[in-house]
Amino acid sequence: MPTPIAPAFRISLAVLAVAFTIPAYAADIGQIKIAKGQVTVERAGQAIPAMPGTRLQTGDVLRTGADGSVGLTMSDNSLLSAGPNSVLSLDRYEFDSTTSQGQFDTTLTKGSLAVISGRIAKQSPEAMKVRTPASILGIRGTEFVVSSNDD
Amino acid sequence: MTTSRRARAATAALALAAVLGGCYNTGTVILLPEKDGRDTAVEVKQGKDTFVLDKPYAAVRQMPAGPLPYTADQKEVDARFGAALAAQPMRAESFTLYFLEGQDEFTVESKEQFEKVLVEITKYPVPDVVVVGHTDTVGNSQFNDDLSRRRAETVRTKLIERGIKPENIVAYGRGKRELLIKTADEVSEPRNRRVEIVVR
Repeated sequence: MPTPIAPAFRISLAVLAVAFTIPAYAADIGQIKIAKGQVTVERAGQAIPAMPGTRLQTGDVLRTGADGSVGLTMSDNSLLSAGPNSVLSLDRYEFDSTTSQGQFDTTLTKGSLAVISGRIAKQSPEAMKVRTPASILGIRGTEFVVSSNDD
Repeated sequence: MTTSRRARAATAALALAAVLGGCYNTGTVILLPEKDGRDTAVEVKQGKDTFVLDKPYAAVRQMPAGPLPYTADQKEVDARFGAALAAQPMRAESFTLYFLEGQDEFTVESKEQFEKVLVEITKYPVPDVVVVGHTDTVGNSQFNDDLSRRRAETVRTKLIERGIKPENIVAYGRGKRELLIKTADEVSEPRNRRVEIVVR
């Protein structure tokens, strides 16, 4: 039967299949689920609209304004949410959904972040890292909050 | 005089905060209570110091003079992280539904179960659904690859018919590679004839 898939998605699937031979749904690293107030995604120097449903890519930088907050679900089921005046970079994301092996590095330059780790951290302790200008956090499968440059 | 002393203290605290914000990187890390009681920890490295937070509300605050370990409480979490926590997406859920032997038709129980799964999926504001089809070991690999794919696609179609957007559902088959119940080849096993549906 015909399976309607958006053209852009089909292209990224094809590229991934060639490059990594990992299951198709890893094409997107994650998705914005909640966006309140002012939220932007910076991708390759361009600001793109951040709204529920926006798909994320490695290298994206999320910024929230004074009234903003944003919640992300990654493809390994990690949940990240940032409060107001935050800058969160998705520096590195690799995830093999068959083996749960991967690497997930983010940086919280400023603001506040709540994290529930997912399959990457569960499979390999230390495979998930959150950096702030002051510290490096190694995640061993967990739920925590972190802030950077507290007021 | 009590009032003026309090006022002075407040001013001092604000001034301190301004200095910290301007010249140093500060921050706080708090481990939250885990809902399902899993074994968890966060390791915090600041310069040459390392702290392992492994108890609920274990916390470390980075100060210019060095890291300060302490025990936080829910009040501080709410005050400092309330907005971030309020934006936390729903956790991923997974469901398993079963099929009649050699077919892409649900068992009677799973037909009912599908309605409940649908209710759960529609609770997500932006549902992202992955459907993975599986088979038991009756038949050759080609047959089971096709059957598992057909099972996944059938469920995907049903979800689309019930209003889930096509671009938010990915379906694929794994044939007889991932048996839920390990069996020899050519064994009819109802629990292996299934789809796993993950929504997040």
